[in-house]
Amino acid sequence: MTPKKPSVVIVDDHDLFRAGVRSELEGAVEVRGEAGTVEDAERAILATEPDVVLLDVHMPGGGGVEVIRRVALHRPAQRFLALSVSDTPEDVIAVIRAGARGYVTKTISAPDLAEAVSRVRDGDAVFSPRLAGFVLDAFAGDFEPAQVDPELHQLTPREREVLQYIARGYLYKEIALELSISAKTVEAHVSAVLRKLQLSTRHQLSRWAVERRLVE
Amino acid sequence: MQQIDISARRTLYRDPERGVVAGVCAGLGQRLGVDPLLPRVVFVAAAAVGGMGVGAYVLAWLLIPAGPTGSATTERLRERPGSARTAAGVALLTLSGLLALRQLGILFSDAIVWPVVLGAAGVALVWRLSTPPGEEVAVDARPEVAERAQRHWATVGVYRGGFGVALIVGAALLFLYANGLLVGLRNLALTAVVVTVGLVLILAPFWWRLLRSLAAERAVRIRSQARAEVAADLHDSVLQTLALIQRRAQNPRAVATLARRQERELRAWLWGSPPLVAHDSVASALALVAAEVETEHGVTVDVVTVGDAPLDEPARAVVAATREALVNAAKFASDGPVSVYAESGPERLHVFVRDRGPGFDPDAVPPDRHGVRESIMGRMERQGGRATVRAALGHGTEVELALEREQ
Repeated sequence: MTPKKPSVVIVDDHDLFRAGVRSELEGAVEVRGEAGTVEDAERAILATEPDVVLLDVHMPGGGGVEVIRRVALHRPAQRFLALSVSDTPEDVIAVIRAGARGYVTKTISAPDLAEAVSRVRDGDAVFSPRLAGFVLDAFAGDFEPAQVDPELHQLTPREREVLQYIARGYLYKEIALELSISAKTVEAHVSAVLRKLQLSTRHQLSRWAVERRLVE
Repeated sequence: MQQIDISARRTLYRDPERGVVAGVCAGLGQRLGVDPLLPRVVFVAAAAVGGMGVGAYVLAWLLIPAGPTGSATTERLRERPGSARTAAGVALLTLSGLLALRQLGILFSDAIVWPVVLGAAGVALVWRLSTPPGEEVAVDARPEVAERAQRHWATVGVYRGGFGVALIVGAALLFLYANGLLVGLRNLALTAVVVTVGLVLILAPFWWRLLRSLAAERAVRIRSQARAEVAADLHDSVLQTLALIQRRAQNPRAVATLARRQERELRAWLWGSPPLVAHDSVASALALVAAEVETEHGVTVDVVTVGDAPLDEPARAVVAATREALVNAAKFASDGPVSVYAESGPERLHVFVRDRGPGFDPDAVPPDRHGVRESIMGRMERQGGRATVRAALGHGTEVELALEREQ
C-alpha cells in the first residue's frame, strides 16, 4: 500500500451525513472537498482531482449516476465508491454499471470505510455482502445461449465461491486464508466480477438497469 | 338570521345561486315577495314581443349587484381592467380593420361591420376570462386553498363570461336583424349557422377550461391523499421512535436497537419490500427472524438471500435453526454485525450464520448446552440435513446449515 493518504471528495445531499463522514475519516484520508448537488460535485471533482469520490446514490437532479456520467466526460479514470442507504438491486446495479468501483451501505464502520476508500484508490473493487448477493442472483442459472461472449455472461466457479464468501461476511484476507490463495488473487477475482457486472447484458442486469432509468 | 333576511329584502340584489340565468328574476322575486316565476314570465313575454325583455335583462344583470357583498358586473369588470381593456382593444382593432378595408374599396355595409365588432369584443372577453388569474400567480400548495380558489374563479368566470356571452348573442341578433332575417326567417340555414358559430365561440373556452380544471382538481386530490398517508405513517413510526430515542439517550444499545428497527420499517415502507409479517417464503421468514433477534438482543443482523423457496415443513426447521444460531451469535458476539447468507432453491437450502465474536471450540461445548446440540444440530438432522459449526479463535464463528431436498 502506498503510504500517502488517499484524497477524497464527499458527494451527498445530506449536510449532516457529509459532516459525519468527514469527521469519521479524519486522519485516515485527505478530504479535498464536499458537494451537495450534481453541479457542485462535477465542479469540485474536476477542480480538486481526488483519488476517490464518495458518492451518494440518491440525489436530486439525477443522483450519483448523473455525477459519474458528467465527470467521465472530462476525467474518465476518476474512481467512485458508491455509498447509499438504498438496498434495492436497481439502485446498486445502476451505479455500478455507470462506473462506480464499489458499493457500500451507509451503516459501514469508519475503519471499514477508510479501507474501502484505499482499496478503490488502488484500483480494486469493493463489494458489500449485499452487492455480492445481488450479483449471485443476477448470474444465477445458465447464460442465455444468444450471448456472443459466454465468458462475459457467467461467473467462473472460483468467482462464485469468492462472492459467496463475501456474502457470508468474510473479509478479503479471510477469504484468501480459507481458499489458500493470496489476497491479490481474491482482489483479481472481484475485479473480474466487477467488469462482468458492468459489461454483461444478462437479462436480469438489463432489467434492473432499465427499471432504474424509468424511475429516475 | 331573521333580521338579516328582512334587511336583505329592502335592497334589490341578484341571486345567482337560485337564478336560472344570472339571478335577476330570483332577486326581483325576493325583493317583491313573489315567486320568481312571475318576473320570469314577464321577462320572457317582453322578450317575445319586441326583444325588450332581453335588453332589460342584460341591463339589470350589469347593474344589479349579486348579493349584499357582491358588486355589479360592470364594477367587477373594472376590478379586473385587463379583461375590459382587452375586449375594447379587440373591438377597436376589428373596427379599424374593417374601416380600412372599406376605405380600400371592399365595401362592408353597417349591417356587417357593427355585429362583427361587437362579436369580436365578446369573444375577446370570453377567452380572456376563461383563464383564471390563479394560473398566473404561484399555485398555493395547500390543497384546501387551491380548491377554494378554483371554486371562486369558476363562479367569477361564469359571471364575467356572461357579459361576453351577451355581447356575442347581441352581435348575432344584430346581424340577423340588420339583414332582415329575423323578420322573415327566410334564410333558416344562415340563421342556424350564425347561431351555431356563436355558441361554439361561447362554449369552447368554457369547455376547454372545464376539462383542465377537472384534471387539476384530481391531481390536487391525489396529492393531498398521498401526503396524508405519509404524514400518518411518519407520525406513527418515525416520530414515536425519535421520541423514544430522546428518552433513552443514556443507553446506547437501546438507541441503536430502536434506530435499527425504525430503519427496517421505513425501508420496507419506502421501497415497498414485503412487510415482515408475510411468512410464506424462506427469504421473508429469514428477514423476520433476523428482525426479531435484532430487537430482542440488540445486535445488528445483515441478511443476504439469493434465490427463494416456499416455506414448507423442512424449510421451517431450517429457519428455526437459523434463529437459534442467531441468538447464540448475539449472546457471544461482543460487537460487530452478524451476517446471515442464505441460498435457497428447489433442491437445496444453504444458510450461513457468521459472527465476529471471540470464537469457541465446538468440541469443547458441554453436552448439556442445548442451544447448539439440540436446537440447531438435532433439528437439522431430523429433517435429513446437517449443521456444522466452524470456529477459529479471534476469527469469529460460523454455523452452516445445509438441507438437500428430494423432489
